[in-house]
Amino acid sequence: MSSFGHARRALLLAAAALVGLPTAALGWEPTKPVEFVVPAGTGGGADQMSRLVQGIVQKHNLMKQPLIVVNKSGGAGAEGFLHIKEAKNDPHKIIITLSNLFTTPLATGVPFNWKDLTPVAMLALDQFVLWVNAESPYKSAKDYISAVKAAGPNKFKMGGTGSKQEDQIITVALEKATGTKFTYIPFKGGGTVAVQLVGKHIDSSVNNPIEGVAHWRGGKLRPLCVFDSERMAYKDKIAGDMAWHDIPSCKEAGVPVDYVMLRGIFTSPGVSRDAVDYYLGVFKKVRETPEWKKFMTDGAYNTTFMSGAEFVKWLEQAEATHRTLMQEAGFLAKK
Amino acid sequence: MAELSALFHGFAVALSPLNVALMFLGILLGVVIGVLPGLGGANGIAILLPLTFSMPPTSAIIMLSCIYWGALFGGAITSVLFNIPGEPWSVATTFDGYPMAQQGRAGEALTGAFTSSFIGALFAVIIFTFLAPLVAGFALQFGPPEFFSVYLLTFCSFVGLGRGSPFKIVAAMMIGFALAAVGIDTVTGQLRLTFGFAEMMRGFDFLVAVIGLFGIGEILQSMEEGLAFQGKSAKINPRVVLETWAKLPRYWASSFRACLIGCAMGIVPGGATPASFMSYGVAKRVSRDGNKFGAGQLEGVVAPETAAHAAGTSALLPMLTLGVPGSPTAAVLLGGLLIWGLQPGPLLFVEQKDFVWGLIASMYLGNIAGLIVVLTCVPFFAAILRVPFSIIAPIIIVICSIGAYTVHNAMMDIWLMLLFGVVGYTFKKLDYPLAPLVLALVLGDRAEDSFRQSMLMSQGDVRIFFSNVLVGGITTLALVLLLWPLLVRVLPRTRQPQPG
Repeated sequence: MSSFGHARRALLLAAAALVGLPTAALGWEPTKPVEFVVPAGTGGGADQMSRLVQGIVQKHNLMKQPLIVVNKSGGAGAEGFLHIKEAKNDPHKIIITLSNLFTTPLATGVPFNWKDLTPVAMLALDQFVLWVNAESPYKSAKDYISAVKAAGPNKFKMGGTGSKQEDQIITVALEKATGTKFTYIPFKGGGTVAVQLVGKHIDSSVNNPIEGVAHWRGGKLRPLCVFDSERMAYKDKIAGDMAWHDIPSCKEAGVPVDYVMLRGIFTSPGVSRDAVDYYLGVFKKVRETPEWKKFMTDGAYNTTFMSGAEFVKWLEQAEATHRTLMQEAGFLAKK
Repeated sequence: MAELSALFHGFAVALSPLNVALMFLGILLGVVIGVLPGLGGANGIAILLPLTFSMPPTSAIIMLSCIYWGALFGGAITSVLFNIPGEPWSVATTFDGYPMAQQGRAGEALTGAFTSSFIGALFAVIIFTFLAPLVAGFALQFGPPEFFSVYLLTFCSFVGLGRGSPFKIVAAMMIGFALAAVGIDTVTGQLRLTFGFAEMMRGFDFLVAVIGLFGIGEILQSMEEGLAFQGKSAKINPRVVLETWAKLPRYWASSFRACLIGCAMGIVPGGATPASFMSYGVAKRVSRDGNKFGAGQLEGVVAPETAAHAAGTSALLPMLTLGVPGSPTAAVLLGGLLIWGLQPGPLLFVEQKDFVWGLIASMYLGNIAGLIVVLTCVPFFAAILRVPFSIIAPIIIVICSIGAYTVHNAMMDIWLMLLFGVVGYTFKKLDYPLAPLVLALVLGDRAEDSFRQSMLMSQGDVRIFFSNVLVGGITTLALVLLLWPLLVRVLPRTRQPQPG
């Protein structure tokens, strides 16, 4: 068997030499279908992204083995992360992450950390926007915050996805930065939050661009600022004569809060460098496809791409930020 | 009539040979998905979604929505034949469908179920065609208090409903609530009742519970009763379809009520499951034969099936106009829309006319195709009951196990399924009803979330449930239904006392 394997490898090397491919590409390839774990339910942002990747890989024939999306959403995603953590040295399992990579272990005390997994790459960063109902009188973040301040604590209702996760963390950061106090109401999904805001059951939300864009274009919601240090890059007109780029950053609007959410890829612990390089290659190709580029534009994603040491450094910093924010908010699990 | 011309344009889009072929393919796949418990419409569509990326969006949505219709039709089959609901909204169909099958009337029950599904869907599509913008506005009225009042109404209409003791119903419901509470709590973000086991974190899935309680429980009971399915004498007569159709017009009132309940629940979006339960409950109260419900009344199949399909169809409306899915399956379809580059929302109807009207036209055509496919198969489905129990039982257990495993790809769920099977058997022996447990397990979580969200909004003031006409009306109706058995006893009787 092994001599046959050697023979095949030699043959492949010869073939590679013939067509002039770098030999590193032959280091590792999946030998069975690859499980693509989504630590969230069907229909959400991470789920959409992973199913898009699955479709792109299939359409452009980027992998020899199929990529199979599996949702493991139990315990705010802990189920999915533990699944990868327990699959030691299995390069046939990858996972897409959202902020629950940091928030779930901190808030619930479930024993895992991003360091238990092998980082592959940062695919994109998801933005957050402060939205109000278009019929409300608030034209800028400053207007809105001063109204919240004037009304007193707990009078304004902020809706968000889940509890002690990114939306509530942003809300708390916003409260700290501006000396206000909201009543935070958790819902199951971002789409629901946006509709609750359209129906005026809540006063504001921090929905991702893709969750709010349809209602913005329909004239039902108004974006006040994006929670980032600079404006979004997209200059195509979206709603009337407004583009994503026309939304001020919260920093310039006088609300110094920034937060972005990681859309990254990890694999199981102990996986070889070759396998990580293989996936890195696949995702680099995915990023070049028109389908991916369109998805990034539609969702106004920040398309920063990172891997290796740079990505690890980013992760370390992001974890520290989350720990600080959650500690200040009193969200850390009691030990 | 701008709608009509747009609709005919839609028919032109949907009737291309490729689209018609995809339509039938979708229906067949959907029926298979609906029959296999555990796979479910949401999973099935999620698996097939990436296959459609290379198709034009209209063809893709036609195929996927036909899978959805097929799954809605298919869910009834196992409910009637084996008392195993393939989908949450088919639970209420088992109440009368399975007794009918046991009496050798499986063909009649299936025909009734399929035909009323079709009528429900047709009603919803007509609403969809002409009232879409108006109806979308109605969904915006629903905030957390309104949602809670709807769930309360579903629970309350159930308590006074069963034939057994109301206390047994409440007890079963409470067990369901307790099971629904396991896992992550949306409001505090904490894990509850997991006792430190990672396997418990995902909570108890409805499907695993239903497959065990109904499927395995039923098989255990059949084994005790001498290894025989009582539906052996099922007639295989193609004329059963026509004979049943002759009976159906009698239930027009129930059908019409079910259509209304279904559409309202689908649009809100409360979903097909509360719609089917609520419709069954209302039919039982209002019908002249109400006291015979549960013993094999065709009307008891018509009511929940019509409502479930009407709700399932109208659930697509808030998805398209607001971007909020009315059901888990709709949620996956929504993901598909975004990937195809379509932005659901108020502007979809303006910017993507071909797509929207093609989809609406395919709803008409897909449901007709679905009805033809499933009705032709009625005699074959009914014939399954003639297979000896010793052969069919192991097959059912294998299919149940695969189904339970598929839900989360977890071995733990197969053990849970077996455990639920024993629980289901015990419940039957002690004459506790299973349906309230299932209902509480499906809706308990959502009811709790909406209650606590309301409490956050009102700073703990329960008067929020009476704060406007809509929520106040639904809450009052729920309380009246809950206390109905008491009221009937206390108030002077205006009606003839029921026998027994």
